Parts: sequence; C-alpha cells; structure tokens
Amino acid sequence: MIPWLTLLAFSPLVGVLLLSLVPSDRVKLLRCIGIAASLLPLLLAFFIYAYVNVEGQGSSLTERYNWIAIPLNIEAIQPYVQSWAFEIDYHLSIGGLSLPLVVMTAIVTAMAAWASLTIKQRVKSYYIWFLLLEVGMLGVFMARDLFLFFLFFEWTLVPMFFLIGIWGFAKREKAANRFLVYNGLGSALLLVAFLILTVTAGLAVHGDAGASSHLVYSGDLEQMIRQLGDAQSFVNTLPGPASSFNPFYLSEAWRATAFILLLIAFGIKLPIFPFHTWMLRVHVEAPTPVVMLHSGVLLKMGAYGLIQFGLAILPQSFASWSTVLAIIGLVNIVYGALLAYVQKELRLLLAYSSISHMGFVLLGIAAMNDIGLQGAVLQMVSHGFISALFFLLVGCLLERTGTSRIDELGGLANRLPFLSALLLLAGLASLGLPGLSGFMAELLSLLGLYGQLPWAAIAGGLGIILSAVYVLRGVLAITYGPLDMRFAQLKGTQAVEALPAVVLTFAIILIGVLPAVVTIPIEQGIERMIHIIQAGR
Amino acid sequence: MNTQLYQPLQGSDLLLMAPELTLVIAVIVMSIVDLLLPRRINRSWIGGMSLTAVLVSLGTVIWTLVDRYQGAIAGHKVGVIELLGGSYRIDDFGLLIKVVLLLGTALVIMISIGHIRESDIQHRGEYYYLLLPAVLGGLVLVSSTDLITLFVGLELLSISSYLLVAIRKRDRRSTEGAYKYIVLGSTASAFILYGMSFLYGMTGTTHLGQIAEALAQNAGQFLPLLYLSLLFLLVGFGFKIAAAPFHAWSPDVYEGAPTPVAAFLSVVSKGAVLALLFRLVFHILFGFQFAGGLGDLSSAGAFINEDLSLILLSIAALSMIVGTTMALRQVKVKRLLALSGVANAGYLLVPLGLNIFQPAAWYSSNFSTFWYYLIAYAFTTIGAFAILAIVCRATEHEELKSFAGLYYKAPWLAVAMTIFVLSLAGIPITAGFFGKLYILLGAVATHALWLAIIMMVTSVISFYVYFGFIRQMFMRDSDSMSHSQTAKAQSFELVSPKGHVGPVSSTRIHVSVASGAVVAFSAVSVIILAIFPNELMTWVNTLLSLANDIYAAS
Repeated sequence: MIPWLTLLAFSPLVGVLLLSLVPSDRVKLLRCIGIAASLLPLLLAFFIYAYVNVEGQGSSLTERYNWIAIPLNIEAIQPYVQSWAFEIDYHLSIGGLSLPLVVMTAIVTAMAAWASLTIKQRVKSYYIWFLLLEVGMLGVFMARDLFLFFLFFEWTLVPMFFLIGIWGFAKREKAANRFLVYNGLGSALLLVAFLILTVTAGLAVHGDAGASSHLVYSGDLEQMIRQLGDAQSFVNTLPGPASSFNPFYLSEAWRATAFILLLIAFGIKLPIFPFHTWMLRVHVEAPTPVVMLHSGVLLKMGAYGLIQFGLAILPQSFASWSTVLAIIGLVNIVYGALLAYVQKELRLLLAYSSISHMGFVLLGIAAMNDIGLQGAVLQMVSHGFISALFFLLVGCLLERTGTSRIDELGGLANRLPFLSALLLLAGLASLGLPGLSGFMAELLSLLGLYGQLPWAAIAGGLGIILSAVYVLRGVLAITYGPLDMRFAQLKGTQAVEALPAVVLTFAIILIGVLPAVVTIPIEQGIERMIHIIQAGR
Repeated sequence: MNTQLYQPLQGSDLLLMAPELTLVIAVIVMSIVDLLLPRRINRSWIGGMSLTAVLVSLGTVIWTLVDRYQGAIAGHKVGVIELLGGSYRIDDFGLLIKVVLLLGTALVIMISIGHIRESDIQHRGEYYYLLLPAVLGGLVLVSSTDLITLFVGLELLSISSYLLVAIRKRDRRSTEGAYKYIVLGSTASAFILYGMSFLYGMTGTTHLGQIAEALAQNAGQFLPLLYLSLLFLLVGFGFKIAAAPFHAWSPDVYEGAPTPVAAFLSVVSKGAVLALLFRLVFHILFGFQFAGGLGDLSSAGAFINEDLSLILLSIAALSMIVGTTMALRQVKVKRLLALSGVANAGYLLVPLGLNIFQPAAWYSSNFSTFWYYLIAYAFTTIGAFAILAIVCRATEHEELKSFAGLYYKAPWLAVAMTIFVLSLAGIPITAGFFGKLYILLGAVATHALWLAIIMMVTSVISFYVYFGFIRQMFMRDSDSMSHSQTAKAQSFELVSPKGHVGPVSSTRIHVSVASGAVVAFSAVSVIILAIFPNELMTWVNTLLSLANDIYAAS
C-alpha cells in the first residue's frame, strides 16, 4: 500500500532538499530544480486523479495514522472512565471536494514556478519558500482532521510572509505584515472555533459506557459530523433530570459562537467584504508568481474551509443563516464589481474582481443544495485558473513595461498580439462567456440559489453584467487605443512565457466545455453533504 | 498538634535530597577554592565545574523520576515523601518542575561559558557559583510545604538573582537595574510575608496541608481575612513572576542584567515561582473543595474558587494584553524579550487559574499543560537569549537592528532564530504552538471562552512583534542603508535583470562551541517536543496525580 497522498503532499520537500544542497550562485540549476520539483506533485496529482476516476468513487484514497495522543487527567471523573486522551490524527483523504482543488493547486503552482523565472534575486531561498508553501496548500485540501487542517492552514502564513516580504515591490514589508496579522487573526479565531467543536462534538466513547470506557477528544472530521448528526449523542442531549449535567452538550449559544467564528475566520481568507483590505495590498505588492498562488489557491482555502469544515459540521447554523450568507455574497459581488470599475491599476482591478467572484461561492453555499454547491466548487476551481492566468499575464506586462496602470498602457495588441489575445480570453472567461469555465460556475451557483432565494439569484445575475463592464473596460483599454511611445520597442512573447499561459488557457477551456471533469469527482462528496444538510433540518 | 513533626533527619533522607545537596556542596567547594587560589590563575574552569554540579543534580532528579515511573507502571505508586519535619516534600510535582529548572540552568551556564569574558565581569568565579544558590532556591521553592521553608527558598532565589543582575558593577545600566530589582523585589517579599502572616493567623500553622485542612473546616468565618491574605500573596508573587500589572521592573532589570542572567530570570526564576504558585493555589484553595468532594457546591470553597479563578485569569489576560501591546514599539531586544516574558507569564497563569471544579466542565489536566508550556517556553526563550548573546557581542549593541542581515552573516543562526520566533509566536510546527493549543483546550473545556479569545488575539498581535526579528534577519541589510533606500534599490532590480545580487557580508559572526550547542539543542528540542509529544506527556500524566502529589496532606 503506497501512501500516495503523503507522497503528494510532501513531494515538494524533495526539491527543498536538493535546493539546499546546491550553492546559491548556480542560478540556472536552482531554477531547473525548483521547476522540476513543482512538476513532481503535478504528476502525482494527475496520477491520483486518473486513479480515482478509473477505480470509481468508492475507492477515494485515504490515509490515517495516529499521531499525537496526549493523555488527559481523569481524577475528577475517576469512577466513570478508564482513560481520556486528546488526539490529533494524521488523516488525509482525497474524497469529498478535495480532488479538483488538489489538481488545480498542483497545476497553478507548477505554472507559477515556471513564471518565477522573472525572479532575479536570492533564487535559492525563493524556491525553497515557494515549495514549502506548496506543501501547506496541498495539505490544506487533503487534511481530514481539524487540527491537521489547521496546521497546514497556519503554516502557509510563514512562507507567504517571506515571499511577499523579500521579493515583493516597494511597500512589500507593509503588505507582508498586513497579510500576516489579518490571516493570523483568521486562523486564531478558527482555532477557537475548532476547539469549541472538539470539546463537545469531538468526544468519542470507546468501550462500554460503564466504568471501562475510554474517552477521546479528537478533531476527526467524520466523527464530528456523525456525532452532530446523531440526536442521541452527548452533543445533542440536553442535560435533563436523568443526568444532572452534561459537559459535552453543544448549547445553542456555543453553536452560534462557533459558527460566527468560523465565518469570520474563513471570511478573512475568502475574503468577505469588510475583511478584504489586506488582500488588496498583497495583490499589488507581492511578486506576480506569488500573487498567482495567492489569488489562485490561497483564497480558495477560505472557500473550501467554509464548505468542508463549516457547512458539513454545522449544517443547521448554515441553514438558519443562509439568507445572511446570500446577502454577504451579494455585497461582495456588487462592491467588488463597482470598485473594480473605478480602479486605474490593473492589479487592483483584478483584486476587486476576485472579491466579486468569490461572492458567487458564497451564493452557492447559501443555496445549500446540489447545484449550488457544485457551482461553488466549480467557481473555486475556475477562478483559480482564471486569476492565475491573469496574473501570469500581468507579470509578463510588468516585466516588459514596468507598469500595470491601465491609463499608462494601451494599444499593446499591436506589439504583443499573443499576450493581448490571452488577456482578452482571460477577461472573457472572467465575465462568464459560455464555453469558458466561468460561465458554468456562476450559472450553477445562481441556479442553485434560485430555488431557495429567487430575489438573491436575480440580483446576483446583475453582478455578471457588472463584471462584463469592468473587465472589458480594463482589458480593452490595455489592448487597444493609442500606444505609448515608450512601449514601441517591446519584444514579443517568448516561448518560455507562453507555455504556462497556454496550459492555464487549456484548463479554462476544458472546464468550460466539459465541466464534468470537475463535477464528477465531487459528486459523491456533495451528495453526502446534502444528505447531512437534510438530516440536520 | 501533630506527632510526626520534628522527626530527626535520617541518613536515607540525605539521599532523597541529593539534588539539593549536590548544589550546596558544589557552592561551598567552589567558593572556598576561589577564595584560596591566587589571583592570577584563570577562573574559567569554575564554569565547567558549576555545569557539572548542575548536571549531576539533574541526573539524580531524573534517576528518581525514572524510579518512580517504573513504580507507577508496576502499580505500586511511590507516594509523597515528607522530610525535615514535614516542611519539605519529595513528590512528582516538584521533581518534574526541577527537571525544567535544572535543565534551564545548565543551558544558561553553557551560554555564560561561551559568552562571558573578563572585560564584562571581573568576578567570574562569583558569577558561576552564584547561579547555583539561585537555582537551589528554586528547588527548595518547589518542594516546600511549609510557609517558612518556602520563604527561605524564595529569598535564596531572589537575593542570588539581585547579585547576578548587579554583577557588572561598573556598568551604569546594570547598577540601575539591580537597584530597581532589589527595591521592588524586597517590597514584593514583604507583601508575600504579610499575606502569609494572615494565613498563619487564621489557622495557627505554617504547614500547607494543615492550613488547607483548617480552612476547609472553617473558612466561612474568615472570609474577609482570607481574601486579604490572598490579595497580598498574589501581588507579591505577581511581582516575582512579572505578571501585569506588576511587571514594570522587568524590562529595566533584563536590560541591565548580563544576557545569560536575563535568560535565567525569565526561565528559571519565573518557572520556580509559577510552580510554587501552582502548588499554593491548588493546595490551599482548590484543595479544600477537593477534600469536600466534587459535587459539593454549597461550601465556602466553591465561591472562593470561583473568585480566585477569576482573579488569576484576569491577571493572566492582563499580562497577555500588556506584554504584547507594549512590545509592539520596542526596539531593544532584551526589553522586548522581557515583555514577551510578561505575556508568557500570562499564558502560564491560565492553567493555574482554570477552575476545575465547575459542574459544567470535566477538565483537570492543568498540570501537564502547565508543564509542557513551561518546558517549551524554557527551550524557546533560552535559545533566543543564546542567539541574542552571540549577535549582540558581534554588533556591540542590543537593538533589534543588530539582527539586520543575520541571514547573510550566519544563515544557520538565522534559521534557528526563525524556529524560536515561530515558537514564541505560536505557529506550527513548534513546541510553542502545541503548548498554546493544550492551554487553549483547557480554557475552552472549562468554558472560559473569553480568555481563549483574548489569548489568541494577543498571540496574533505578538506575530507582528516577533516577526520583527524575521524582517531584520531576512529583509534588511546590516549596513546603514536605510529601509526606504533598500526598498527602492531592490524594486528597481526586480525590473532590470541583473543576475544574482545579494548584499555582501562584511562581518563574520563568531559562535563559540558552548553557545552553538545551546542553540542547536534548544532548536532541535523545540521541534522534537512538537512532533513527538506523546511519550513525554504520557510519562508526566502517569507520574502526576492531583490527589497524590498536590493535595495529599501529611
């Protein structure tokens, strides 16, 4: 039995090891190793994708080992139990919603590694942090233990801090600090929410209920879902006359607290409207390959967490708050779109457009049905590719012109036809042109929501129109119009740059034409989630 | 009152006190030799000798613990052994804390061997053999069950520490720090004594076990006095552990003290007093509810517990908030670490303050979380101080800027410092993270959600503080080029392909073997503790039992 998932998650470490052995002045070799090391997880991810699809859904890979088991003192409850432990399992799985996100992460990371050829300084440590970041991102999408998830989630902060703070643009340190503090706050609240769930729903009783029982506090996701879904379990039994008290009861107040903490924690990452300011700076100050990862993958961690670790665990809370979620989603869509429209800096335009697009994920979640969730996941994957492609192109532009301000650029279609064509394509995908990935994703989110909250779905539809306005304004101003004389001598696209752009474009078209590549692997995961939601109602 | 008091000291008792006696003998021998040897002979070997004494002492502690562990596994748990007329006790609680204290001292001595030079401290002999009575005071502190013994231990620790802080007597800051330390420290001792006198007045005994029994029977009559006594004790001990709002002395004192002494103060001194406070709180106050039974909520004990818990947790929360927010603008590394010590005292107070007798919660693992956090904190802080000692010696000043560009000058030191910084900030995968996780688990399990949130929010604020080290080490150059210029230069380089450029390292940093060993050992321990905590925590949990080790009356 080969531990494929562990291999996948930690395969970038091979690159880290090799890189640390090469002296830092062999820049070419370092780059080759860095790119090759990011291809390794890509190959593994493709292999696993094929494996799961060929073998069928039932065989979705899972790995589970006991890792930490801290014994807790039982003297206060001595006669009732024999042992009590706090456990963190090393539990990875590719089931549920993970598979498409893992593949998307591997593709985007490999392309960003390729695009990192623009990095000229301190190449060695750049690739080391880059690959360490990939470990965290892959781990987040596969972890099935709350605390393991948290470890990977929090770990991504450290490499990102370095990547932004060392290789960014002028105000890079400020951006890195803001990134760190906002996201640190998010994960801190996340940990509190996880602990609330662990000390109540995380309790498992092994053995008889009598004197020989063994209690375990664990962050196991499946067990938590099971406990909360079972009306007879400790979590759901009110302390009644039969037993004088029940320390494991999850009261309404605690349930609501946990839900709000989860919403804010993932909302900062997503980002939800009032918590979005940190990501604007990151988009502008971070080096473009890092923004590809940030916008393409890291934002999806928030959305993924909201579904896999929020919706699945506390379906009732989500159900009773679904209108609020839909409103937050709408605010995101409209606010992002309006501000994107007035931006003069292309990178900020894209940042606001990300906020707008992540609003659709919230709408999909708020729908709480099959179609809505499919739309949400599809939107995560699709936006991952689109924004990665956008920032790849922005990187190419910056490399040539030194600016990404919309009012300074113009008429580039003449000098850079290939680049401009791709930019246009990315823009069309972003505004939801049928045949490209964005269309299906947003359509499904809205369709799902229409059954529940028709007014919200209609309002969301207006968001698509707004996105057409700001995308076309930005993209057309850059590709057409008068050409600034400074840029008359620009060189055309090189094959090296074209490759990652072509791969990402291919992915966008593939998902647009054949959304089943994303939706089929998650079918079973979504079915289970719908089942949980309906059981909770 | 009790017939078993005032038993004569037996020969076998001496064996049980081997850790303390080793230190006593070593101090006497070393001071006599130092006195008799002619002046011109180099005193460096005294450092090696005191290190040996501490390691021997540590060895005997661990040996006793292993012995007791095997007993516990086999089913016949060795109980508490009382010595010296019931005023001194050998129990698992004390032994486990002693491991941390002695380990910390050994590391501090190793830093000193690598760091202290003739130019700094004229009296190196004295320096080394003053560390031993200080840690001896700590050992006495955590083993005593009598208010008098306890106070003797506390004063031994404090007075030796005053001397250690003042040992650079030509240095103005050192003298200033020592003066503040002595004045405030003595005031704190006076508070403690005054509080103790109330306890004695109420119960007529100085033995902790008997105090607990007497209070359990008739605390209701003395409530105002009991609260008053508590107040004085908490103020006094609050000073000693530098918890807010009694922390103001610590940045000045740490700045004045030689770096290894600052490390000693922040780990050994603080750890010993916290452990004592732990024993006091559990023994006297939570104790009498333990004796009364769990479900019994009508007794006076129940609401005293609630109040005490609230007071302790408030001090903890205040320490976290003050420690982290004051550190935000701090540019001097030692003052920064002193404030980080204030915040960490807050985190360490949480397991002390969690009320385990709430009906709504089942949780009583306070000691193991306390111990884990203490040892994680010890390794992290000592490691950070060791690096500070190395770096500040090379750059000749103690500002945060001295870390600028460390990555270019000594990459491995920068990597080790990154590990310590992550551990201090509580970021995985380090011991500091798991320490905070276990403390948080307790806080949430006992429904102290407000505290959990304060704890997490302050640790996020501390991200900014601690990552200041990383900004300096990896993102700044060591030369005087200002930050904005560097930023401009580098952003320009981003658009103009120039090939690989890195700032040229000008000064090499010299790392002595002893200091290097401390850094490496601490860094590895911080990681190992995080990834494989199972064995150690099982060990602690098997050994320690609240009923046997903390409450067992004589």
